Amino acid sequence: MAKAYLSIEGVGVTFQKGSARSEVLRDINLQVDQGEFVSIIGHSGCGKSTLLNVVAGLIPVTTGAVILDREAVEAPGPERAVVFQIHSLLPWLSVRENVSLAVDKVFRGVKSDAERKAWTEHNLDLVKMTHAMDKRPSEISGGMKQRVGIARALAMQPKVLLLDEPFGALDALTRAHLQDSVMEIQATLKNTVLMITHDVDEAVLLSDRIVMMTNGPRATIGHILQPDLERPRDRLGLAESPAYMHARAAVIEFLYARRAA
Amino acid sequence: MTFPKPSFSEAEPVAAPLKPIQAPAESLPPAEEPRASRFSELGRHSRAAAAAILPPAVTLLVLMVLWQVAAGDSYTGVPSPLRIWTESKDLITDPFFDRGGVDKGLFWHVLTSLSRVGVGFSLSAVCGVLLGVLIGANLWAHRGLDPIFQVLRTVPPLAWLPISLAAFQQAQPSALFVIFITSIWPIIINTAVGVRNIPDDYRNVARVLRLSPTEYFFKILLPATTPYIFTGLRIGIGMSWLAIVASEMLLGGVGVGFFIWDQYNSGRISDIVVALAWVGLTGFFLDRIVALAGRIVSRGSALS
Repeated sequence: MAKAYLSIEGVGVTFQKGSARSEVLRDINLQVDQGEFVSIIGHSGCGKSTLLNVVAGLIPVTTGAVILDREAVEAPGPERAVVFQIHSLLPWLSVRENVSLAVDKVFRGVKSDAERKAWTEHNLDLVKMTHAMDKRPSEISGGMKQRVGIARALAMQPKVLLLDEPFGALDALTRAHLQDSVMEIQATLKNTVLMITHDVDEAVLLSDRIVMMTNGPRATIGHILQPDLERPRDRLGLAESPAYMHARAAVIEFLYARRAA
Repeated sequence: MTFPKPSFSEAEPVAAPLKPIQAPAESLPPAEEPRASRFSELGRHSRAAAAAILPPAVTLLVLMVLWQVAAGDSYTGVPSPLRIWTESKDLITDPFFDRGGVDKGLFWHVLTSLSRVGVGFSLSAVCGVLLGVLIGANLWAHRGLDPIFQVLRTVPPLAWLPISLAAFQQAQPSALFVIFITSIWPIIINTAVGVRNIPDDYRNVARVLRLSPTEYFFKILLPATTPYIFTGLRIGIGMSWLAIVASEMLLGGVGVGFFIWDQYNSGRISDIVVALAWVGLTGFFLDRIVALAGRIVSRGSALS
């Protein structure tokens, strides 16, 4: 059996603070194929963000390993670009400079100055932010900031794109717009995506597979659901689709009914 | 469960006419518009200026009148504003005279004091930021140095002067050292707080991008800390101005602090009041200059 593109193998994370040990994650196993969109859903504090940070390399594993494209993950790097929860743009740089900081760092010596500039603009165009390239983060809305965050991550040409509750702080309408944009971009670029969310609709709408985490401490994968939905998906059409309803009900059932167990 | 599918088709005609309404606003004949707006802008500016200048001017006038009434015409104690004007008219109207020695206009005294502050404060700014970054970024440096700094920063400026004189044997370097040691603490402490408050998100961005330590210092740490550094610099320059005037009183020579002490010894209280006005205004402008520099450097994103 060929190894998956991204493979999380027996990962456990234990934090140690002084003499207090807390085991956050235990025995997580997950295989993600190239081009697949996988969301991880669970209650607050279940360690789903920790799992994403482990894949990013920001938090070291205590046991197990993360393997991406046949290489073990040991430190953070641009091939695993993260779109953080809001406020990760540098406020003293313009929108363009925020993206070009990443582009210049990743493609220095590979692309010429002109190519890097064009690449920066191309990625801002993907998220429809070319109109505000010279504004500062404080001058644009939360949704726009998140678009820029996505452009910055895409511009690194990551092997896997990690989204850490990227739309959590946005209002419902802005969130829907951004979800549509992400779906569109993913359909074109075929990125491998791992997304943390606590929004059931978001998970069902965007994902090829939904990974449901049990409650912490010692959280692990409880169940994996594969929504039986054709792509491209359309928010309005899906609202009445039985497959969508079914997937949604299954996730809610897991999150709320089995909570006590 | 089947809900009727909501139809949005009726809403669309409402949205359509919006465009023609907006269009004329953009294509107004340009000849009329700028003139009208320039006039109203002028009016707005002069109103804003009046709102900024009038209240303090009126307050100042009222205080002067109260002072005049309270001081009266007595020839002892604090002179009244009118007597200050008659006694110190030369000093007020001509700050630039220079009759050799220490008999100079106030401008020259203030300039000497300012140049001392300039040197001492520049030194403390550089050292303060570097030390602040060190104790902000390094836990052991913080543990080792912070308690010592917390004690030293409470030592009053003039308490340093005797030690400083003993060490340097001369007035000029002693004055510089007093400024340095007075103004460095707020710079160190604010810089350190700024470094410690860099959001984790910025650090993580730097880690994902694999920025080198040098790149991290110049591209993330320094800009993220700039607002805090300038808060420290603003407090620092105010304190160094306090320190220089006090230390010059003891050191003698030229300088506005010495001038005040000298006039006191010759019983010219009116001149002291004039010098105080110079000291106050200079301190005020120093503070504004540092604040302005902070706004420019942090590109308007900081200093709230």
